[in-house]
Amino acid sequence: MTDPYSLTVNGTDHQVVDAWLGESLLYVLRERLGLPGSKAGCEQGECGSCSVIVDGSLECACLILAAAAVGCDITTVEGLQPGRGDFTTVQEAFIAEGAVQCGFCTPGLVVALTDLLARVPHPSDLEVREAISGNLCRCTGYGRILAAAQAAAKAASDE
Amino acid sequence: MSDIATTHATKGTIGENASRPDGGPKVRGEFAFSGDLWADGMLWGRTLRSPHPAARIIAIDIAAALRIPGVHAVVTAADLPASVNYGLEWRDQPVFATDVVRYVGEPVAAVAADHPEAARQACEAIDVQYEPQVPLLDPAEAAAAPPIHPDGNVFRQLTIRTGDPSARGPIVVEGAYEVGMQDQAFMGPEAGLAIPADDGGIDLIVSTQWLHNDRLQVAECLGLAPEKVRLSLGGVGGAFGAREDVSLQIHACLLAQRTARPIKIVYSREESFLGHVHRHPARIWMRHSAEADGRLVSFEARILLDGGAYRSSSYHVVANATCFSAGPYKVENALAEGIGVRTNNPPCGAMRGFGAVQVCFAHEAQMDKLAEACGVDPVEIRLRNALATGDRLLTGQVIEGTLPVARVIREAAALPLPPSPEIADPMTRPGGAGRTADAAHVRRGIGFAVGFKNLMYAEGYMDGSAARCRLSDGLATVTCAAAEVGQGFVTLAQQIARTVLGVEDVLLAPADTSIGSAGSSSASRQTWMSGGAVEKACQAVRAALLQHVADRHGIDPAQLTITDGRVTSTDARDSIDLAVADAAPGVVFEEEVEYHHRITHPLDDDGQGDAHVSLVCAAHRAVVDVDPDLGLIRVVQVATAQDVGRALNPLQVLGQIEGGIAQGLGLATMEELTLRNGRILNPSFTDYLIPTALDMPEVLATLVEEPEPGAPFGAKGVGEPPTISSTPAIVAALRAATGKALNRVPVRPQDIALGDGE
Repeated sequence: MTDPYSLTVNGTDHQVVDAWLGESLLYVLRERLGLPGSKAGCEQGECGSCSVIVDGSLECACLILAAAAVGCDITTVEGLQPGRGDFTTVQEAFIAEGAVQCGFCTPGLVVALTDLLARVPHPSDLEVREAISGNLCRCTGYGRILAAAQAAAKAASDE
Repeated sequence: MSDIATTHATKGTIGENASRPDGGPKVRGEFAFSGDLWADGMLWGRTLRSPHPAARIIAIDIAAALRIPGVHAVVTAADLPASVNYGLEWRDQPVFATDVVRYVGEPVAAVAADHPEAARQACEAIDVQYEPQVPLLDPAEAAAAPPIHPDGNVFRQLTIRTGDPSARGPIVVEGAYEVGMQDQAFMGPEAGLAIPADDGGIDLIVSTQWLHNDRLQVAECLGLAPEKVRLSLGGVGGAFGAREDVSLQIHACLLAQRTARPIKIVYSREESFLGHVHRHPARIWMRHSAEADGRLVSFEARILLDGGAYRSSSYHVVANATCFSAGPYKVENALAEGIGVRTNNPPCGAMRGFGAVQVCFAHEAQMDKLAEACGVDPVEIRLRNALATGDRLLTGQVIEGTLPVARVIREAAALPLPPSPEIADPMTRPGGAGRTADAAHVRRGIGFAVGFKNLMYAEGYMDGSAARCRLSDGLATVTCAAAEVGQGFVTLAQQIARTVLGVEDVLLAPADTSIGSAGSSSASRQTWMSGGAVEKACQAVRAALLQHVADRHGIDPAQLTITDGRVTSTDARDSIDLAVADAAPGVVFEEEVEYHHRITHPLDDDGQGDAHVSLVCAAHRAVVDVDPDLGLIRVVQVATAQDVGRALNPLQVLGQIEGGIAQGLGLATMEELTLRNGRILNPSFTDYLIPTALDMPEVLATLVEEPEPGAPFGAKGVGEPPTISSTPAIVAALRAATGKALNRVPVRPQDIALGDGE
């Protein structure tokens, strides 16, 4: 077991105690910090279901040792701040455009698209496809997700 | 409560793009998938699996595993009665291998520990002495080989004979085709939480397609009465057939019994690839003969399906592959022989399309060969042979419902084509960012395919679904054990209840075994079966409500109706106009029903019989660009028209169509579990590729709505057709672009560039 360490997740410091040093950030978020929104789909950085934002950069939480993320600013799907109401514009667009089926890939895609739209407010179809090509979805064929991305971009610019 | 007292029409009813009730929690990361569950005092379970495709087990020593700190239990076959087997349709698989292992990945032991890492170390510390045997790996040799299981090596042999199979038209085309082993590759790996109960029973929360079938198998293996095994549905991260068979259910419950602690098991991605059934690899030979104008005279097929080590649903996959082997075409003389065999390869079973996918790849290649031989356009030759209501299937069954084959062909062919490759963004050329071909070297091809299959189970199976509806002061609660696996049944259940009852507030109770079985979320059957059950339960409640209002007013309930959320009388003199919510204050109406479809019959010795409930079809047109030097491809567009009966939620139908096309594209161009000596070489998303957003083309879809008689609201299941004919359409387009035969899927770059696909 490691010495206790602290992670800054969604603006809050969390103490991690009695952890095994080999635990990934994904495992600690899910099993120790009560934040299961990031999903374990492959645990080797291929599916993007665990996408989180670490110090402003989109990352797979499964590929980061939790203890190596000490001092970083970590944002998970649970920490996305709605602009108004209960949902962010990306989340609202996912619901309205039918982008959700089983929903396992959804949190990772919501984080990835939130990251994209923060950098590129009006992405082309190809830019969206490129940006989410590290997020696998097996249900939707991506069509409604691409529609949601454009709807979210439009909603954000209309605000 | 919503504003149901006002007079506007009820929102979110049948035909609207109602939003999913689980959409909000899912986009916020708050929806509880089965892998997200947690209980006080919980231990982690893990499975040890066979590294050999065939071996005798000489000894298993668990002592070292038990000495690892944090390990609470190790269970093996020695902890179960020797005779206890499980299996979806036929109990032929031991919970843990006993004297032999029959495939790489077969469970040998399971452990429980207080940390997943301790559980992993414990599995490594179990010492199993194997004596490897020569495995049976070639399905073509299986039927004649010494049996590798007491039940023999042939799961089913089915011959369909009709008319005079020796009849010959002047045009004859023949071919041999192969389909590789595809995986369902759902995103949420198998997971469950088993909690020992005070009454000696078990509560199991699990991701599955069929709660009640799992319950029966768990109860049998644990020696418990079924009512002592209570299952509820954990959030399911996709299924596509792979969750129809039991995976970790029995292991988790056994460990929970043994340790008296809650047990959580979550498969890794690698274990998921090893721990569920796959789509049957197939070798298919077909010969068609036709008149000079392309009208079919005779059809012959031999279909070999590798079922792997255990039976799963192989028996019925053989039936589907054979029954639908000719495709949605009229042919009076036929001999189709299907066989599914046992080998030491990984077990195969249900996957979206269930047997129809494999044969569609073959019969559509044949139809293109026939078109070429006759000098007829590929679309035209399909129209000339298209099945329609009133025609007979190979099995002799007369098609009584709707089957608009010609219409889906015409509608798909009429959709606009994409712009030429010269003007497209270079990034969208084959190879994308890594492209080397310039626009002049890219070859474009267009392909067309049509497919069909049945809805629901077949051959006399007594299928049913149970549902309960409760209505109180305008709030409806619907209970049904149908597994929501992502397909959107929960949305439809709400839409149906709103439509029948005229209320907007519809709660869905958790899906669990406290109510009767809803059957499996497979065979495109839940919209019809559990949709039918929900409709019937809601109708019973509606009748009770109207009776109550009629009694209070001393009138005939036949005069009352619910329109736009209000109970009104057809007789204006009654002046009854009540919001449903106010029609019976404080009164609770509750009805539980079972729904069944019409009876079907077994197939006879010639494969003849009225075996299928209903049929569904779709057509796909694919456009591809190919870099012939590197064998790189890009699917540019897939256009489809699909027979949906009636679209209960058009947006959800579109989602099924696009998602099904993605899986069909995967089988056409990239997805295959590669085996060497029975071992899966690529059990990861690094090596088993599924389509990304960059691989998916533009999809154009037309919904063909011809309501199906006898189906609730006229709706047909929509999940499977997109996966059936999209694969052959894409491969036909690749043939058109390259001139290669491409008789095997998935088509690999070397098949195009190096001539392997000649």
